[in-house]
Amino acid sequence: MSNTVLDVKGLNCPLPILRAKKAIKDLAAGGVLEVIATDPGSVKDFDAFCRQTGNELVSQKEDGGVYTFEIKKGA
Amino acid sequence: MTATTKSMSLIVTKGTLDWAYPPFILATTAASMGLNVTMFFTFYGLTLLKKKLDLKVTTLGNAAMEMPMMGMHMVMPNLMGALPGMDGATTMMMKDLIKKKGIASIEELRDLAVEAEVRMIGCQMTLDLFEYKTTDLIDGIELAGAATYIETATKCDINLFI
Repeated sequence: MSNTVLDVKGLNCPLPILRAKKAIKDLAAGGVLEVIATDPGSVKDFDAFCRQTGNELVSQKEDGGVYTFEIKKGA
Repeated sequence: MTATTKSMSLIVTKGTLDWAYPPFILATTAASMGLNVTMFFTFYGLTLLKKKLDLKVTTLGNAAMEMPMMGMHMVMPNLMGALPGMDGATTMMMKDLIKKKGIASIEELRDLAVEAEVRMIGCQMTLDLFEYKTTDLIDGIELAGAATYIETATKCDINLFI
């Protein structure tokens, strides 16, 4: 099953989180959302968001100022 | 709603373009993290509930305002705000920056807050004081006073005054 991809490049706080939240809502439990962002603040914010909401931050990587997060929807 | 649902309340007292951001950013983000959020709009904050927003920013009384310009920062002299048309120019500059940096407009954040079922309470006393009509304000808000806020705040994990 391929991941749902959410492109929030160029958007600033709090839009990446708000858009991600909306996208996660549409996923089935266990589904994975891939978020692509350029906001450096989103690195700490997705960490905190996932801890608070019971979703799992499976991976995060940075490549030339572009951040990719994989978020697995909790039960 | 489970018993473990966290909650936050905000008292919103300022109605300028810059100061409209913190409460709406925090409210929408908290809602997205599963918190129940209540916003209490009082004094100049009540203008943020008007259907038609016309928010402005001023340099007056804000010694910390610096605008990025051609790779530098231009300090906005305090007294500049006293010149006719200056607030309009500063507001345009700020709105331009907001758009360029991919920051949401206040209208957009407020719509997202409404969509996330943030509870919004307008201060009845402020409404009377400044002679606003309920029809000036967006639909779906409550009108109430200090006691309603206090009761809500006693049940919240986070209470902020902005």
